[in-house]
Amino acid sequence: MIDDTDRLIINQMQGDFPLTERPFAVVAATLGLDEADLITRLERLLADGVLSRFGPMFDAERLGGHTTLAAMAVPAERVDEVAAAVNAFPEVAHNYLRDHTLSMWFVISAESPARVAEVLTEVQAATGLPVHDMPKLCEFRLHLRLEA
Amino acid sequence: MTDSPLDPVDRRIVLATQAGLPLVERPYHAIAEAVGIPASEVMERLARMQRTGLIRRIGAVPDHYALGYAFNGMTVWDVADDDIAEAGARVAALPFVSHCYQRPRLLPDWPYCLFAMVHARDAGAAHALVAEIAAALGPLSRGHRVLFSTRILKKTGLRLAG
Repeated sequence: MIDDTDRLIINQMQGDFPLTERPFAVVAATLGLDEADLITRLERLLADGVLSRFGPMFDAERLGGHTTLAAMAVPAERVDEVAAAVNAFPEVAHNYLRDHTLSMWFVISAESPARVAEVLTEVQAATGLPVHDMPKLCEFRLHLRLEA
Repeated sequence: MTDSPLDPVDRRIVLATQAGLPLVERPYHAIAEAVGIPASEVMERLARMQRTGLIRRIGAVPDHYALGYAFNGMTVWDVADDDIAEAGARVAALPFVSHCYQRPRLLPDWPYCLFAMVHARDAGAAHALVAEIAAALGPLSRGHRVLFSTRILKKTGLRLAG
């Protein structure tokens, strides 16, 4: 589905995109491609879902956002129903099922700490299940880069 | 509501770029037109936001699963409170760890307070990464678990509301 040129693009373009008039031309030159080909390939990688985004990655907290990680022990037979209730909140950004008794892990993001707390309470009320608040206390590393 | 750290022009730039940069020859000019300021100011402001950490980086964000990283493990470690800073520094030094955070324990059932995410293409590779973390922590780890994601129930980007 992706060829060696796509792989080169993915591996070389996860940061340092130049702030200059024709940034794709600059990057294309360093990769030995032409500007139009690079832009076409990025369009295709985005359309195919190989890339989820191309652009600035903002620090959500610095933008005034407040987030927490919440965990719930959801019985297997209630997963779909509870997931629907949790995902109905626009403040729930990610929700993953994991192989543990504490099976549902989701990120709540809102513009105030008070709203984050409200969502925790409302999820508990909507599902009848305890919701554990597991906020980040300290960040040691955040480095999202993947080798294609 | 907390005070936004963004001035109104920065905020318009964030709104215009958070879904992605336009894939055109002159992307900053396209943003400049949408925001109503000169392209040079868009570039200057983006550069400043990068310097101050508001922008972590500018570039491509690959999808783990599309690149074959099907084994996404949340590793969680029980480390004594006094050892957390040292343990966090050791895990942060491992290049393959994407996130490493301290989070609260849920005693008595969940003594784990150090979370580190690993991504691999197969189970063997994932377990090898977990073993590397265990080796880096040595006796600082009093126990650990790995929780693999078995289903993505929701995934949307964090967005600033317009």
